[in-house]
Amino acid sequence: MNTQLNKIIWIAISLLGAAAVGGIALNRGEDINALWFVTAALCIYAIAYRFYAAWIAANVLVIDTTRATPAERLDNGKDFVPTNRWILFGHHFAAIAGPGPLVGPTLAAQFGYLPGTLWILFGAVLGGCVQDMVTLFLSTRRDAKSLGQMARDELGPLGGTAALIGTFFIMIILIAVLGLVVVNAMKHSPWATSTVAATIPIAMIVGVYMRFIRPGQVLEASAIGVILLLLSVVAGGWIDNNATLRILFDHEGLTLAWCVMVYGFAAAILPVWLLLAPRDYLSTYIKVGTITLLALAIIMLQPEVKMPALTQFIDGTGPIFGGKLFPFVFITIACGAISGFHALIASGTTPKLLINERDIRMIGYGAMLLESFVALMAMIAATVLDPGVFFAINSPAGVVGALEIDAVAKISSWGFPVTVEQMQRLANQMGEASLFARTGGAPSLAVGMASIFGSAFGEKLLALWYHFAIMFEAIFILTTLDAGTRVGRFMLQDMLGNIWPKMGKTSWAPSVIFTSALVVSGWGYFLYIGVIDPNGGVNILWPLFGIANQMLAAIALSVATGILIKSDKLKYAWVTGLPLLWLIIITSSAAWEKIASTDVRVGFFAGANDLVAKLASGSMSPEKASVAPQLIFNLQLDAWLTVFFVALLWLIVFDMLRVCGRYLAGKPVPPLSETPHRPSRWVEDWVRD
Amino acid sequence: MLSQLKAGWRLLRRLSGDDAYERYLRHYAKCHQSDCAIECHTPLSKKEFYKQWQDEKWNGVKRCC
Repeated sequence: MNTQLNKIIWIAISLLGAAAVGGIALNRGEDINALWFVTAALCIYAIAYRFYAAWIAANVLVIDTTRATPAERLDNGKDFVPTNRWILFGHHFAAIAGPGPLVGPTLAAQFGYLPGTLWILFGAVLGGCVQDMVTLFLSTRRDAKSLGQMARDELGPLGGTAALIGTFFIMIILIAVLGLVVVNAMKHSPWATSTVAATIPIAMIVGVYMRFIRPGQVLEASAIGVILLLLSVVAGGWIDNNATLRILFDHEGLTLAWCVMVYGFAAAILPVWLLLAPRDYLSTYIKVGTITLLALAIIMLQPEVKMPALTQFIDGTGPIFGGKLFPFVFITIACGAISGFHALIASGTTPKLLINERDIRMIGYGAMLLESFVALMAMIAATVLDPGVFFAINSPAGVVGALEIDAVAKISSWGFPVTVEQMQRLANQMGEASLFARTGGAPSLAVGMASIFGSAFGEKLLALWYHFAIMFEAIFILTTLDAGTRVGRFMLQDMLGNIWPKMGKTSWAPSVIFTSALVVSGWGYFLYIGVIDPNGGVNILWPLFGIANQMLAAIALSVATGILIKSDKLKYAWVTGLPLLWLIIITSSAAWEKIASTDVRVGFFAGANDLVAKLASGSMSPEKASVAPQLIFNLQLDAWLTVFFVALLWLIVFDMLRVCGRYLAGKPVPPLSETPHRPSRWVEDWVRD
Repeated sequence: MLSQLKAGWRLLRRLSGDDAYERYLRHYAKCHQSDCAIECHTPLSKKEFYKQWQDEKWNGVKRCC
């Protein structure tokens, strides 16, 4: 009886899910309620978790619940600590969910709501979740080793080195693009700038409190910090209304970019307890709180999605970034569908806390499902805006024109009507001077969130909600920025330590300053170019980040596929092999477009040649001509960087295929590095000898 | 109701690391007394422990995009 009821319930969920997906996919020309998106997502997640993830755990990975995990065997009370599954789920989710799943879907909404939504849902359940879960499993079976270490042990030194270099570069690009998102959100907005600036001393107060005033009282300190942060949002409005104070925080993009670089350098050399750790606490609370609030608001308010299912921009002429639907929607939405970066958390950090292999499905697969849901909410927040407003906020001046009147004419001519008055009214409501050409995704997400929050919890507070949303995005973007700079510094010190051992000492001041400066100038360069680029910079940097992130995912899936084959599970190798194949296809074709396309907004070389020609013919305005040489150099550099990423990808795929081929032919390969089975002391049904 | 609130509070403390020192002391009591002959030192003070805990927590990739 019970099993029959069970069957009926799952059939009902499947039908509901199919109806919701069908409704989303087939709807044309009418507004569609956001609740359909939520329904489709929840049904797909439930089915995937209950059946696919369970099947992978039982048959492919062969989870062994009697086996002691590293947390049990190596328990030291510090980094190896057996941790309750719900607690660990919280830690793991907080670690993997950054600003990526919020920004990507917002940008990809230029294709319409459908392509991004489908990729977020199916990419996650078939690709991203599988990658996270399998990596978590493999690292758990190998004493919580990192992805790079596993690649080295299982495939050979080539794979390990590629993973290390890949991680370093993705970090540089990631920080640059996130820095650009924050700068664009703060540009000429005294309210946003002062609020974001206030998060720095607030974090320091919390840090000092936790370290000296009441050591270890994390919750107390965090509560103080969160209250101060909320006050800083209100205070920002007050500063914005004060004529003398507001000029202090009213800056050009370039000035703000320099500030972000100085901040990044300071954060990398200051002790972690002062800035990094307390900021991370605050950003985690704000992040989890805001995402919950957004989910509640969407369910309460049930907003209508106004963006069409598909726009004409699938042909590659989109204003936010150039490039056709295939492959660029898959590159633009990396986090939220499949993100290679997660493999770094799923190996190394989380396995040290895992109590039992049974929890791998919930933590590896489940946490990624939740991140996918966050990405879906970002998609909803972007598409509930009037499409005209969405494009007016996100289109760079270089595409639609610097004058407001030109911009609205151009956007309206695409079939997305919008007026200058409408934009001005919206800007006034949000407490901003202007919302035209505020690229990067953060302002449009904040407008979307503010309108959802405003309708659900009070219309009068729109400006407060808007700046709360900006603060919410900025605070964890800056956390990623300083954590990333620090990691980059450690990696660089590690590499240089091989040449000159003293450089490898993480506490030697000259080395700290030198390597931090090197890392900051790495991402600072791309940030600088992004800011001076009249096309907004996001057009260049975000695809580059997407390609790098998918390349890292391909490395993780290569390691996983290699290990599956070496473990005599060839017939199951498709579980990681097919997502890998898809990643190879999209990454390679996106890279090919970025290198070889003749469209000046897509191809890097084409863009560079176009600028060279314009510069030579003298048809450029003097200000554009003055930055053109730098842009030309940068476009060429980006092209070579893309070549490098894709070469790294192919190198590791071939290395994996080589190892697998040798194994299947019976030739010697690096042996499996799995730790021998030791029974768990906590499993009661295990009989002692 | 009260017990649920208490459980929620414990969860929050655990999630945030507020109770890390208490957990360390429990771990210390459990693991360092039976085989004390190998290496014996008094447990770290709360301040000392917290310092080490925080520094270790931030060593390596801890945050994602």
